[in-house]
Formats: sequence, C-alpha cells, structure tokens
Amino acid sequence: MKNWKKCLELFGTFFKIGLFTFGGGYAMISLIMTEAGDKRGWIDEKELSDIVAIAESTPGPIAINSATYIGYRCAGVTGALAATLGVTLPSLCVIYAISLCVDAFMALKAVQSAFQGIRIAVDILILRAGVRLIVKAPRKPLPVICCAAAFALALMLQFDVLSFSATWLILAGALVGLAAQIVSIGKMKGGERDA
Amino acid sequence: MLELFLIFFRIGLFTFGGGYAMIPLVQQEVVAHGWMDGQTLMSYIAICESTPGPIAVNMATFVGSAQAGALGAVVATLGVVLPSFIVILLIAAVLKGFRENVYVDAALTGIRPVTAGMIAATGVAVTLQSLFSWTSGRLALDERALGIAAILLAGMVVWQRVLKKNFSAILLIVAAAVCGMAVYGV
Repeated sequence: MKNWKKCLELFGTFFKIGLFTFGGGYAMISLIMTEAGDKRGWIDEKELSDIVAIAESTPGPIAINSATYIGYRCAGVTGALAATLGVTLPSLCVIYAISLCVDAFMALKAVQSAFQGIRIAVDILILRAGVRLIVKAPRKPLPVICCAAAFALALMLQFDVLSFSATWLILAGALVGLAAQIVSIGKMKGGERDA
Repeated sequence: MLELFLIFFRIGLFTFGGGYAMIPLVQQEVVAHGWMDGQTLMSYIAICESTPGPIAVNMATFVGSAQAGALGAVVATLGVVLPSFIVILLIAAVLKGFRENVYVDAALTGIRPVTAGMIAATGVAVTLQSLFSWTSGRLALDERALGIAAILLAGMVVWQRVLKKNFSAILLIVAAAVCGMAVYGV
C-alpha cells in the first residue's frame, strides 16, 4: 500500500515537472531540485549533481533519465515506471493534440509565413548548440580531430555525398575514446616498468 | 509499427547529451524513409522547442503521430524512452561504480566531440538550406531569409550583451515568427 502511494506521488510530481518544463532537460533540473529535493526530500543537492552526471552519460533525454533514477531510488522498479510515465505523459498528450491540428494550422498563410521565419530561428538554435559544444570541447589533439572528422563526415551525410547511418559516428567516437584510454594505460604501465 | 518502434529505439539508444544530439539522427531517418521533407521537419522541431517536455520525447511523439496516428505517437515515444529506462535501471541496480568506471568515461569522452561535430554540421547544413536554393540549375540566395537571420542574430547580441538577459529559445522563436509574418506577409 505504501508503495502504491509513493508511486502515485512520484507520478504526480514528475507529471508536474514534465508539464512545466519548456525548452529542454537542463531547465528541468532546477525544477526537479525544487519538487523532488526541497519539497519532498527525495534527493539532496549532491545526489542531484550525481544524477545529472549519470543522466548526461547515458542514452536518452536527461529528463527521462533523472525521472527513472529518482523513481527507482524511491520505490524500486514500479517507482521508476511511475516517475518516467509521469514525465513523459504531458509531452505525449500535448504534442499529439497539436499534431492533430497541425495540418489545418499550417495551411494558413500567416502561419506559413511565421514558420518561414521560425525555421531560421531553429537553424540558429541548432548552430548555437553545436558551437557551444565545440567551444566546450578540450583543445587536445584527439578530441579536435574527432570533432573535425565528425563534422566533415556529418556534413557529407547531410548533402548525400556519403551514405551511412549516423549512429556509426557515435559508435566510432566511443571506440576512439576507448582506444585512447587503453593506449594511455599501456603507456603508464610501460612508464612504471621503466621507472 | 514495429519498424517505427525499432527506429526510435535506436535513436533513443544513440542519443547522448540531450535533445539536440537527437536531431541529426531523427533527420536522417525521416529523410531516408521519406516521411516528410526537411522544411516540415524543421517546423516540427520548432514546435517541439516551444512545448512542454523534453525535446527528444516531443520529436518522437510528433513524428510518430504524423506517421501512424495515436498508436504511432505512443509507439515512437515508447521506443525513444525505453533505452534510457532500461539502462538507468541497470545502472541504478547493478553497476554501482558506473560513473567512476574508466572505460565508460573513456567512451563518453570519445562521444562528446563527435556529437559536437554532428550537431554543428546539422546546423550548418540546415542554415545553408534555408538561405540558398537551386533555381534553374544555379545557386540562389534568399535575401529575405538572410535578412531575418541577420535581424535575429543582432537581436540575440543585443539581448545578451547589452541587456544582459539570459538567452531564451522561445523568445527567439517568437521573434522569428513575427519577422516571418512581416517579411513574407499574412
């Protein structure tokens, strides 16, 4: 019984979080801290930064990852289910509702014109996201090469110069990272032997 | 329907570091399957940025709904959310030292610059596609689009540097909508 009540609470809290976050996962983090942390004491600040670190390191949206993790910690698998369902449902309903009228909406001339402008805003947003990530990247040779190579290859994919699944790039990045780590461990061991 | 699920499962599995990382992957699938043209996708992405919830989930729901109605929306959303759910549960339950694991860290360190490059490439590509077009075999610049871009960028600089306010994606979208209506007419 206590578990069900907890799950319901998790669902409700994360539904609220999902409903009131606009513009992406990071905006959600402070809301999560307020709702799950300050108000209900499910997590504290240190745990939140751990959660964010984990959520950034795993596939999927940060919002989903955080919800699943906090839900699990509070009430096991059912808790994780409740929290994740809660945070996903608002999106699902709102977007589905919009998708039903989007065609009629887009048929209006004013809307079409507005979206011609909006598409440019989206271009800028994506460029901005990319530039910020590039600026944040370490200035060491390997990351720079990986970034440049991924940029070039992705550009070729965009313009149909090459044809392969973009997920290969991500896999390649992971492998390069692993290889670099193995090489540096080897060097360290070599250094120990020499010393 | 199974195909839709698997496609979004894979997208969900390979998206590291936030919703924007998902854009190049979704774009490739949408184009490859001919579900909608690039411009329509960009419009959908704009809507996803302006509505509640994670961008990634919104995009999955939207594309899924466009493809296969209510069931499509649910299936796509389920697909994109499931990898996260499973991985996080595994980590929370089993792999306690996940974050400290040297190899996990190494793999992520490798993925980050790749994601940055991919998103930047997508940004460059869609911007070029908005500004230029092939008309009768020649590259033509859309001056109006360029004008709007210039206005928006100038606005961003003023907003952040002069007015010292935080960047707001929704504000940019609203400003762009106004510019669009002004420039292209209602």
